[in-house]
Amino acid sequence: MTTTFRALMGACAFGALATASMAETITVATVNNGDMIRMQGLMDEFKAEHPDIDVEWVTLEENVLRQRVTQDVATKGGQFDVMTIGNYEVPIWAKQSWLVPLTDMPEGYDEEDLMPAIADGLRQDGTLYAAPFYGESAMVMYRTDLAEAAGVTIPDAPNWGQIEEAAAAMTDRDNEIYGICLRGKAGWGENMAFISSMANSMGARWFDMDWHPQFDSEAWSETLTDYLDLMNNYGPPGGSGNGFNENLALFQQGKCGMWIDATVAASFVTDPEESTVADSVGFAQFPNKEGMEGTGHWLWSWNLAIPAGTQKEESAKAFVAWATSKEYTQLVAEREGWRAAPPGTRTSLYENQDYLDAAPFAEMTLNAINGVDILNPTVDEVPYIGSQWVGIPEFQGIGTAVGQQFSAALAGQVSAEQALQSAQQLTEREMTRAGYIQ
Amino acid sequence: MATKHSRAAARLMISPAVILLLGWMIIPLGMTLYFSFLRYNLLMPGMEEFTGLANYRFFLTDPAFFAALKNTLLLVGGVLLVTVVGGVLLALMLDQPFFGQGIVRILVIAPFFVMPTVSALVWKNMFMNPVNGLFAHAAKALGMQPFDFLSAAPLASIIGIVSWQWLPFATLILLTALQSLDQEQLEAAEMDGAPWIKRFFYIMLPHLARAITVVILIQTIFLLSVFAEILVTTNGGPGVASTNLTYLIYVQSLLQFDVGGGSAGGVVAIILANIVAIFLMRMIGKNLDA
Repeated sequence: MTTTFRALMGACAFGALATASMAETITVATVNNGDMIRMQGLMDEFKAEHPDIDVEWVTLEENVLRQRVTQDVATKGGQFDVMTIGNYEVPIWAKQSWLVPLTDMPEGYDEEDLMPAIADGLRQDGTLYAAPFYGESAMVMYRTDLAEAAGVTIPDAPNWGQIEEAAAAMTDRDNEIYGICLRGKAGWGENMAFISSMANSMGARWFDMDWHPQFDSEAWSETLTDYLDLMNNYGPPGGSGNGFNENLALFQQGKCGMWIDATVAASFVTDPEESTVADSVGFAQFPNKEGMEGTGHWLWSWNLAIPAGTQKEESAKAFVAWATSKEYTQLVAEREGWRAAPPGTRTSLYENQDYLDAAPFAEMTLNAINGVDILNPTVDEVPYIGSQWVGIPEFQGIGTAVGQQFSAALAGQVSAEQALQSAQQLTEREMTRAGYIQ
Repeated sequence: MATKHSRAAARLMISPAVILLLGWMIIPLGMTLYFSFLRYNLLMPGMEEFTGLANYRFFLTDPAFFAALKNTLLLVGGVLLVTVVGGVLLALMLDQPFFGQGIVRILVIAPFFVMPTVSALVWKNMFMNPVNGLFAHAAKALGMQPFDFLSAAPLASIIGIVSWQWLPFATLILLTALQSLDQEQLEAAEMDGAPWIKRFFYIMLPHLARAITVVILIQTIFLLSVFAEILVTTNGGPGVASTNLTYLIYVQSLLQFDVGGGSAGGVVAIILANIVAIFLMRMIGKNLDA
């Protein structure tokens, strides 16, 4: 054996070894929310458990993410092995057979532990098609110090009248304190999320059983007028441009008396490092119309799903299971404290005393999520599943167009009546085109 | 002196490049045309079918369509007016010798190098925001109510932002034109007792006519497809107050995943852009021949 030959043999052996330990790379598309960014910082832990899987991240803003993953899955592009999608998409995509059913999850995943209100929305015929990463409903967040100074008390289950009284009492325009901050930025996931929830609580519905839009109903007219009154009288200037993030910034700077929005915001407004008002935030249920019951008008979860047609199903499943497991919650708690644990997906989290002690908003969040029934989002019967969204593929386009009309009404460009009329017409038009209305 | 033979050879030689360029243009255009006659929505796979002119009918009867058409023309017209008038004034100013001329020139050109999305974000959050913006602070300091630019006057605000980006371009071209003006003519006019205003209207402006034509033509091509500034600042709203044709097509095809409707919109936009272009050429093309 010559030295050269030996060296060659050695190189070959080394090459063979290298291929044996070649890790499989999966691509994960996700949204740029705090919880998801946090997960990316914990990847070394995942790597320790699964040395043969490399994870590549594509982090995008919500609307862009939605476009990218929808195009990818609809055109069978195969760019992603794991996608972060909302509970609005899961049933629609599962029906199209675009998702891999999450049967035979790894040992110890404990599917039973997932909160039924969330998990039921992700199942088709009893099979899970996406694993929830965090879940949210909506509630009232208010400044206890301002309420006290203004001499108002906000009950645990307020009605809209009480909210308006409190907003009026807390508003102090000279000092830039606005009684109430609500979403006004157009979009099906922005202002329509809030307004649809409010409509549910007022007994309004999107469609009747024949899919005819209901914007000409008394209940919708009442919803929109009340919303516009609240925002015009007690809201911040430029409200028609404010979405979740803008309102979060206003509340953290101490410029809002009340903010009614996603429960997931609670951990941001009570975070002393980010919020100037962290120690004086109180919580209450999403308001109702006087004399009406119900807590659940809003349900959203960000979930991890695996597109059908991925070549790396096993690795993708291992990742999804890890990211949505109890162990992951433990891991976040150890590293960042219990307040940072992803909320709203597992019953066990809400039975954990450490979490309940660290998160004053835990019980309110749990009640809000458990109070949701996506089959019956409002008083009257409806042909769709939904909450602050309507579970049909056309809703993204329609919701955003209607959101534009309501945003214009808030900006004072059209009257409430005109906005509702336009909303009715354009929804009718789209539904006819899509074949719902014959 | 090229013979017939060598000309044919030359044509043969350049044909690969020409064919490639044609394909580059024709294939996407052909696909857009083809899709525009299909009922094709990404969210409903397997439903593709030929629908004739249904997509066009749907796009043209959209209540937002005429608003978008009007906004497109207003946006182009508004920005052209601001940039041409402003560009002439700035060019006249920069043509004067004064201290620090070099620095001022660089500053005037600077906005052209800022990316549209970035400049839109800066304008939205740092200047026009009614709570934290610079304009709001200035208004409060003067004891006035802050004006909410992007919801009270969305299209005018966007015209302002886009004009700020395009002013340097107009200024630059008009300045070079102004510097090529024969100084002796101006001096002669002055000797004859013509006041500055008359010198401007009878000598400078006719001399600038051709440069202005170039500015208008080139800017129109770019302004018909303004998109980033709208997406970042107003999302086409409130209502459809700042939706232009480009944005409407984006909403159709990317927010509603309606490839058919979006393609029909694209074809309509191409036709309209050509009408505008022909119109412009007719109107001011005379200057180019002169």
